[in-house]
Amino acid sequence: MTSTERAIAPDAADEAIKAVPLRHPGRWVGAAIVLLLLALFVYGAATNGNYHWDTYRSYLFDKRISTGAWNTLQLTFWAMVLGVVLGVVIAVMRLTPNPVLKAAAWGYLWVFRGTPVYVQLVFWGLFPSLYPHLNFGLPFVHQFAHANIQHVSAFFLFAALGLGLNESAYMAEIVRAGITSVPEGQTEAATALGMPWGLTMRRIVLPQAMRVIIPPTGNEVISMLKTTSLVTAVPYSLDLYGQQADISGVLFRPVPLLLVASTWYLAITSLLMIGQYFLEKRFARGATRHLTARQLRAAARAEVGFQSERGAR
Amino acid sequence: MTAPATTGPMVLADRVGKSFGSLRVLNGITLEVARGEVLAIVGPSGSGKSTFLRCINHLEQVNSGRLYVDGVLVGYAEKGDRLHELHPKLAARQRREIGMVFQHFNLFGHMTALENVTEAPIRVNKRRKDDAVEAARKLLDRVGLADKERSYPAQLSGGQQQRVAIARALAMEPKLMLFDEPTSALDPELVGEVLDVMRQLAVDGMTMIVVTHEMGFAREVCDQLVFMDAGVVVESGRPADVLSNPQRERTKAFLSKVL
Repeated sequence: MTSTERAIAPDAADEAIKAVPLRHPGRWVGAAIVLLLLALFVYGAATNGNYHWDTYRSYLFDKRISTGAWNTLQLTFWAMVLGVVLGVVIAVMRLTPNPVLKAAAWGYLWVFRGTPVYVQLVFWGLFPSLYPHLNFGLPFVHQFAHANIQHVSAFFLFAALGLGLNESAYMAEIVRAGITSVPEGQTEAATALGMPWGLTMRRIVLPQAMRVIIPPTGNEVISMLKTTSLVTAVPYSLDLYGQQADISGVLFRPVPLLLVASTWYLAITSLLMIGQYFLEKRFARGATRHLTARQLRAAARAEVGFQSERGAR
Repeated sequence: MTAPATTGPMVLADRVGKSFGSLRVLNGITLEVARGEVLAIVGPSGSGKSTFLRCINHLEQVNSGRLYVDGVLVGYAEKGDRLHELHPKLAARQRREIGMVFQHFNLFGHMTALENVTEAPIRVNKRRKDDAVEAARKLLDRVGLADKERSYPAQLSGGQQQRVAIARALAMEPKLMLFDEPTSALDPELVGEVLDVMRQLAVDGMTMIVVTHEMGFAREVCDQLVFMDAGVVVESGRPADVLSNPQRERTKAFLSKVL
């Protein structure tokens, strides 16, 4: 049979093509090398006594460690809350036509993004020696409350404040990018429908800005979780990193305890990543032309209804 | 302030002027649109058609002259012999009764077709959700999109999006509808479906101002046609008269290119 006869064989075009797959020996070799190196590393780590795996095991679920992890989570939470709220305020300030507000917001960003967070945390630790007495009231007129913060153990507060104020500078830029990413036509259409500015922001602009804001904010949360380890600068030592340092200081075994802390950081980060995935999905509504599962179900139902209607006739 | 009239013209423009910085876009527009009338505004790009339309619902602020909708001054409050800029809340209230349809649809991207239509009635007019949804379904049916209520704008064709946008504007039960080149961004074969909806709206007695390049639509549906150039009304009259027998050189030159 010649090739021409083959080509015009009647049902050749309808058949699915069954070709011999191309072999990829390079991929197999590469995978083997990586797996071998990984196995060697695991074997080496498991048999190396200096890792002190027994210490790792006995402290992995130690009460002080889990309390430290809880404190780290709280620090992360409050610092991010402060960072997001202040960040939105600063972003809106930068977008107002008022030149003084604009300049103030710019100056804030300049200072808090331009200095290391570690330095800022040390400053917060020194806050009580800079301002030993806090007075609440009208400046130069009347003070109705006094606080002597040198006697207050406020290191958690200072740590959260320091991290949060630093974070707000970064969040402000993320929020601003999100708001400016929403086309002007959206605001215009809402305005033309008689929606006031606040409602337009809340219902139309911010939900769509979220699609741009959420992914980098997720990164900021994960990054914040790890940045909390810098609060020893305040000094606040009841967080995860501080707690493991306390224990290892007594045991003289830093490696297993660093592994314990790393395990916890990794576990929490993994949970946060799952949360981020669902948040992103929630705010991606309407962003693609693909039908959602709900729409597909509705379409299927409509189709079935249509057919049964026709069948009845 | 003039009390809302029930018999006077729906829109009354008296030497309306608008500048952006030193650029004078509207140079004294005077015209009148009666209740139930459909006005077509045609003219070359940059002639100020869209700006005039945007002045009517105060998306742009008028700089000189007076503009009245249903007997009420737009964008300002007249106290004694001085004009005061209108508080944004009051301006928003004025806009509720004026529907607007944009060239690029501007549907809310994160909402389904149905949510697009119910959003303003629920949030602005404080209608009950069930009522708003029921009314929205009727409107979507009226523009021929009853089966698309769960679709997001990105899943609809341009013509479908523009019809949802018309339903969204109608949901506020406006007394006046503004159309800013509603078919200019559409594929030629989708233009008809949008014009059909607008034609039906005109038949139902809606007062409409349509900025358009669709001369066939203007001739067939509109009661009055205004030709604008360089921020002034060059010529106006019945569409058939202006289109077939233009009096001014500028109008002749423009029409010879588009007809």
